[in-house]
Amino acid sequence: MHSLAFYLFSAIAVAGAVCLVTFRSPVTSAMSMVVSFLGLAALFVGLNAFFVGVIQVLVYAGAIMVLFIFIIMLLDLNSEERSKTCPALLVASLLIPALFMCQLLGVLQSTENESPKALPLTTAAAHFELDGKETKISQSLKGGDLPDVHLLGEKLFTRYNFPLQVVGVLLLVATIGVVSLSKKGSDRTAKPADQ
Amino acid sequence: MATLHEYLFVSGLLFAIGLAGVIVRRNIIVVFMCLEMMLSAANLTLVAFSRFHTDPATGLPDYNGQMMVFFVITVAAAEVAVGLAIIVALYRARQTINVEDLTTMRG
Repeated sequence: MHSLAFYLFSAIAVAGAVCLVTFRSPVTSAMSMVVSFLGLAALFVGLNAFFVGVIQVLVYAGAIMVLFIFIIMLLDLNSEERSKTCPALLVASLLIPALFMCQLLGVLQSTENESPKALPLTTAAAHFELDGKETKISQSLKGGDLPDVHLLGEKLFTRYNFPLQVVGVLLLVATIGVVSLSKKGSDRTAKPADQ
Repeated sequence: MATLHEYLFVSGLLFAIGLAGVIVRRNIIVVFMCLEMMLSAANLTLVAFSRFHTDPATGLPDYNGQMMVFFVITVAAAEVAVGLAIIVALYRARQTINVEDLTTMRG
């Protein structure tokens, strides 16, 4: 990725994150989260991870953000937060991340830095030929494109086939859980208020 | 070209900002958003390593890292759905989403 684009998009991502933490209104926070996620998606694309970048936009900046906004509107939470913040918490929220960053910088200093190598697309094509015949992946590689989705899909349905099915079950369980949690009139959710 | 350390630094910075938000914010929905931010920051680390630590056989990015990101995003989506349903149920029961008012589980 070009350095200038990297700095631009990482600045967007970090600025969005800072706005997410500092703005008081939840709707503004949600919008700055979207800005941050779009910056992150651009960083993914810069790392030749096109599929992950697209998924980041679709799932995070699309679906998850809409869900957050929807819940904020549903609960009518546009009121500002109470202004007082416990000073101990404020100190902790500066100190713990600062400690984390110090540790990270220490690790980065003690390890070797790497520059990205250009991807050997045309020479890699030979690895994806089946019995000497061209496949879609090898054709794209010879054409100078990185068939990101094909490569990921091949991994997903061969080596990661079982985890994929487990994740499918997880999504089903989550769906059932959400339906049963948000069923109206269940005594379980109403009772604690009376006690 | 941006180097590996620059990507790791940005990712760590995003994670630290998310962590600060989780600690300091009182609105449980914003805390939840900051959690999502931390997950995404970790994803950036995984993708950066996938690009820089290329597959020795082919020289292409190591797609095992990006598979991990795929699963993290899937689990995060499920987590958001369940978490927001819990928040709605909580709001129905207590009429609040301020974490300071939700101290029942405190010992």
